[in-house]
Amino acid sequence: MTPDTIDQIFVIAKHWLLSYTPAPLQPVVSAALSVAPILGVFPLLFAITTVLERKGLGRIQNRYGPNRVGPYGFSQPIADGIKSLTKEDIVPRTADQFVHFLAPLLLVMAAFLAYAVLPIGKNMVITNLNAGVLFFFAVGSMVELAVFMAGWSSRSKYSLLGAMRAVAQMISYEVPLVLASIVVIMASGSLSTVAIVNQQANYTSIWPHWFVFTPWGFVGFILFMIAATAESNRSPFDLPEGESEIIAGYYIEYSGFKFALFFLGEYLGMFATSGLAITLFLGGWSAPFSFLTWVPSYVWFFAKLLALICVFIWVRGTLPRLRMDQLMGLAWKFMLPMTLLNIVTAGVWHFMPAGFVRWLVCTALLAAPFALLSRGLTQGGKKLQLRTYRFAE
Amino acid sequence: MLGVGILKGLAETARNFLGSYVSKDRLTTIQFPEERAPRIEASRNFPFLVYDGTDPQEGLRCVSCFICEKECPPKCIFIEKSTDKKPDAVGKPQFYPARFNIDVSVCMSCQICVEVCPFDAIKMDTAFELSATDRFDALLMNKQQLAKSNEYYHEIHPTEAAAVDAELAAARAKTAAAKAPAPPAAGGAA
Amino acid sequence: MTAFFLIVAALTIAGTAAAMSLRNPIHCILALTLSLVGFAALYLQLGAQFVGFTQVLVYVGAVAILAVFAIMMTRSANPPEGQSHQAAFSSSWLTGGAIAAVIFAVLAWCILSKSTPMQTAIQQPDVSVNQIGDALMHKFALPLEIVGVLLTAALIGAVILAMPERRKTL
Repeated sequence: MTPDTIDQIFVIAKHWLLSYTPAPLQPVVSAALSVAPILGVFPLLFAITTVLERKGLGRIQNRYGPNRVGPYGFSQPIADGIKSLTKEDIVPRTADQFVHFLAPLLLVMAAFLAYAVLPIGKNMVITNLNAGVLFFFAVGSMVELAVFMAGWSSRSKYSLLGAMRAVAQMISYEVPLVLASIVVIMASGSLSTVAIVNQQANYTSIWPHWFVFTPWGFVGFILFMIAATAESNRSPFDLPEGESEIIAGYYIEYSGFKFALFFLGEYLGMFATSGLAITLFLGGWSAPFSFLTWVPSYVWFFAKLLALICVFIWVRGTLPRLRMDQLMGLAWKFMLPMTLLNIVTAGVWHFMPAGFVRWLVCTALLAAPFALLSRGLTQGGKKLQLRTYRFAE
Repeated sequence: MLGVGILKGLAETARNFLGSYVSKDRLTTIQFPEERAPRIEASRNFPFLVYDGTDPQEGLRCVSCFICEKECPPKCIFIEKSTDKKPDAVGKPQFYPARFNIDVSVCMSCQICVEVCPFDAIKMDTAFELSATDRFDALLMNKQQLAKSNEYYHEIHPTEAAAVDAELAAARAKTAAAKAPAPPAAGGAA
Repeated sequence: MTAFFLIVAALTIAGTAAAMSLRNPIHCILALTLSLVGFAALYLQLGAQFVGFTQVLVYVGAVAILAVFAIMMTRSANPPEGQSHQAAFSSSWLTGGAIAAVIFAVLAWCILSKSTPMQTAIQQPDVSVNQIGDALMHKFALPLEIVGVLLTAALIGAVILAMPERRKTL
């Protein structure tokens, strides 16, 4: 078993299985064989992530996570799954029954559709669309509609408020998300995810050509991750679903399996945007050093995905929740200008000759606005003053 | 600058995460029911009747004076006096309770019964794992369930028990001294 | 006329018909969204990937949400109480039906009168995103800039409308 065989084992298995199916059925079976692993692996990853998150957050907060079910608590998702399946499905009497039923379905469907263009390994992408990145963002915009449907159909004040906030947040952060990915499209000259990854899979001596190792790529990656955190309503941007603020936001009125579907959709969206970040900036399935290419490509993809998930959990355990106006201010006053300047920097990088000067100029082009913008956001480093009350003393 | 605070916060959380695997003071959870938190001496949950010696019936200190029943704010104590007498903690023949019931679900752990008892017969227990499967009958403790030995009292409240024992020994010595040398003086001994 | 086209066209028409006839405005918008997705599927079937995905991104992701927000904020989404259905053969049906028939006749005449040239396969221009981008930057740069100015004006207008009234004293 050469490393190449292990790397391509799933592709080889699929072709072997296809050779045994009759010709008229082959397109259907081929599609099914490509899609079935995604449908199996990512919900499993979702289950693992829920328990990892609870244990990780617990350790960060000086406590154990769940540790009763199974070895060290790792069978907790099974217990959670049984619980959500057997809970009574309560739909409010005045709720819009049809839309109430459709909303979680649309959310999960949109989240699953996004995986169609992510290259999980070498030659392992469900469909190599010419406009793959555009497809990803198009599908991601359906999530906002599903969120709104969920909040509206519940006919409840809290859920409507949560839905409005969630949609406003998702729309505002979609702009930096897309703009941050445009730099990669500019640099690679193609919208196809496979082409983007193939461009990053080369090495000079041992260093890879990942886009994150350039100034504009690094800033773009950070901005993309912040926008991805906001897009999937994850802490510190989880005001729409804040558990202590608005109870549960737009999915208050959902119980049982539909609630679990919302969680599934949210986490799947998180994995999908992380997967896109890995594809665009972190080199997809390529190994970090040229002497590590013997490790299969899908192992690298999932290792990077797990690393990003751990970063998500880490950030969740660290930062307090942003208020709505702080959130919007961050999106429009900080991230939008930074992404636009990032595009300019990427253009400058492209047209300057390679060398140290290029690095210096691009880093300065990015660091100076960052300092100025952050001064604007934090009100110029003004120390918090002692609060005085006009009437209370 | 923006981001410096976030990075410092991330470093702190990482230190917490990694430290929770190595040092005990970063992971202060006590895994109930395998481990129990140590209780301080003055903790109290529910009253119990003290008996000296080994026989819960013979050594019971309670003389059924009804003071605790009268003083109990939610009236959770029910006592029935016996018809015969037996010697109490200092040796004097006294009545004893034929029935002594306390309702756990009513008791509010105020310790008033302990404070007013002149015979140091009722003290506060620290046991809290008193769940039962029945809401009414299983939560009514009778005399046999309430009687616990003086050694147990020493275990849960050492200083208190030592002080009570000293007082009782002094009282017993006084009674013995009053009885032994001369015939009982008019007015009785203490 | 493949099966795919028939199914998608049926879905689109069903969505549009539902958008016109449903009573709850939010349901109408959702049905309209379904028909917009149907349009995107038709674009994709014709090979216009960029237009198809942008249709979803813009229409479903932004216009539909804008429409639901507008409906939600301006009128109650409960269907109007006690509104009786229009009589089966009222004059509005006649007028609407007549206009629809005229338009259909004109379209059918246009399509059928050019039937011969349609049978030869037209050399489909290989429109990729690269070419669209090239065209936008070189040949159609002026329309792009004008559209940009228009969008900026709309954005400024929206911000002004949404800005709270601020007194001059700060």
